[in-house]
Amino acid sequence: MAEITLKGLAHSYLPQPTSPGDYAIREMDHVWQQGGAYALLGPSGCGKSTLLNIISGLLEPSSGEVLFDGERVNSLPPEARNIAQVFQFPVVYDTMTVYDNLAFPLRNVGTPAGRVHERVLEVADVLELTAQLKRKAKNLTADEKQKVSMGRGLVRDDVSAILFDEPLTVIDPQLKWKLRRKLKEIHRRFNITMVYVTHDQLEASTFADKIAVMYEGQVVQFGTPRELFEAPNHTFVGYFIGSPGMNFLEVALRDGRVVSGAVSLSVAPAVHRAVAEARSTNLKLGIRPEFVEVHPAPVEDAMEARVEDVQDLGTYAIVQLRLGEIALKARVEEDEPLPEERAWLRFPVERLGLYVDEFRVEIPHE
Amino acid sequence: MNDKLYNNRAWWLILPMLLLVAFSAIIPLMTVVNYSVQDVFDAHTRFFTGTEWFRETLNDPALQAALLRQFAFSLTVLAIEVPLGISIALLMPRKGWQASAVLILVTMPLLIPWNVVGSIWQIFTRGDIGLMGWGLRELGYGYNITRSAADAWGTIILMDVWHWTPLIALLCYSGLRAIPDAYYQAARIDRASRWAVFRYIQLPKLTNVLVIGVLLRFMHSFMIYAEPFVLTGGGPGSSTTFLSQTLTTMAIGQQDLGPSAAFSIIYFLIILLVCWIFYTAIMNLQKDKQNKGA
Repeated sequence: MAEITLKGLAHSYLPQPTSPGDYAIREMDHVWQQGGAYALLGPSGCGKSTLLNIISGLLEPSSGEVLFDGERVNSLPPEARNIAQVFQFPVVYDTMTVYDNLAFPLRNVGTPAGRVHERVLEVADVLELTAQLKRKAKNLTADEKQKVSMGRGLVRDDVSAILFDEPLTVIDPQLKWKLRRKLKEIHRRFNITMVYVTHDQLEASTFADKIAVMYEGQVVQFGTPRELFEAPNHTFVGYFIGSPGMNFLEVALRDGRVVSGAVSLSVAPAVHRAVAEARSTNLKLGIRPEFVEVHPAPVEDAMEARVEDVQDLGTYAIVQLRLGEIALKARVEEDEPLPEERAWLRFPVERLGLYVDEFRVEIPHE
Repeated sequence: MNDKLYNNRAWWLILPMLLLVAFSAIIPLMTVVNYSVQDVFDAHTRFFTGTEWFRETLNDPALQAALLRQFAFSLTVLAIEVPLGISIALLMPRKGWQASAVLILVTMPLLIPWNVVGSIWQIFTRGDIGLMGWGLRELGYGYNITRSAADAWGTIILMDVWHWTPLIALLCYSGLRAIPDAYYQAARIDRASRWAVFRYIQLPKLTNVLVIGVLLRFMHSFMIYAEPFVLTGGGPGSSTTFLSQTLTTMAIGQQDLGPSAAFSIIYFLIILLVCWIFYTAIMNLQKDKQNKGA
């Protein structure tokens, strides 16, 4: 049981890092609370696995501190940290039976045989591995193997957190769903902190209560799946979360109008004020395709756009639009009228975000 | 409905392969079989002898002694080379220029032809100019491979270990390199001891290369000829006369083609049998023991 705190943590694989690009993890502070189910979401190479290995102790960070319940564990090896880790590819001890695999972490610390037996049976029951206990681990299917490697983490009563490094990569799609549910169930039952690394937003949002989105070695946003969707903190979160990703328009103030390239945008006065107050030349307006209002006929304060393509996906359609030179996507539900050649767009102010130097600035609205 | 077209003419495609195998294996083997059951005087005179040659060779005390010596030798070198090869592989560096340097050094003995190995060791063990022979005598040990059977045996085993342990080491090294890092990381998280890592991760992953290594080494050592022949000539007495040398003396030296052919077949069957037993035993170890209690 532990709360994991990362304080001023940074890591580089180079001995003498100079530029920020040399860092796999850029300086960050973060807290994983006891008993939470967290996901660490990000594209390949963003530093997710590095961060996980630092928490488990397989890697020592270049600088900063890792604290378990306020105690510094930086120099402690993984075997002294009471942490379990499940890897991308299932790791089982081939020559041992499933029973011996599950008993292995307990036997390594000299747990009495009676206690080992009790724990192994309990964990096997939760993971539905009881029927396989006497089989050699080598002959199991990929998902059974992955359950065995999870089980090795669960048998220990002293384990304070379980870290998952993309554990469902090699699992068949229909079994993925089952295993994910199993994980949720285990989380509820054992009250263990779980950190789940993935690059799949669906996996992250079904597993975790809170998601940390990583980008270029930094956690750019930490929030519930809903927060990530509705108010992405960083343009990357906007792109990465949601399908399709968020629309971003580079904007500037010219002749008292908010413009994007050659197009003059029709936006609420609050947006106008926010753009005027921003102290940067890197300004973007972001809006999710779900929130773009699309009208098949002219309405008040709307901008006229060309319809380039309509992708009908059954219950909704994704409409590709061009507003002047700007490409936009909008989602139109099946009960709403679809535009044909031309469409009139409105950006509701409460759904708009202004991104100054890639980070979100709230636009005050009544 | 099975509307598959049957056309067995494709079988003709294996004809070249069949011819090749016939010339390289079947015909020579059948020639040996032919000699083993007949007494051949010349191209026109021969008598069928049945199992006589087989009975004769199996009851020949010299051959029995050579067979025992051969088993003793093969088992001894295996018992030394396998653990030693594994240990060397475990100690070899994995990265950087050291890895390449050590790899080349370890491989060196494997590149030397058999009879050259024999000659090298023959000179190496000489009391007057050989480093080892001279050195041991200077240290006060009366080392002499032409007089002492123990010295001769020890030297031949040492020579074989020097020549062939690298093969086991190389095979194991490649096996160890193929183990993903995640296994070692998982073992650390499971708090496994160094011994447990070896016993449950490294050794199981080495099983396949070790099967190849042990089979190769058994066959090789069981047929050893050139090295002891050059080094000791089979002596002193017949203490280091192994099977193939006995067989050569019989076939080439004494022209006893019938008994030699019979013995060749027995020799071949022994190697085949031992390899089969060994392979089956190892493969059985990996199977599920469904009926055994946990």
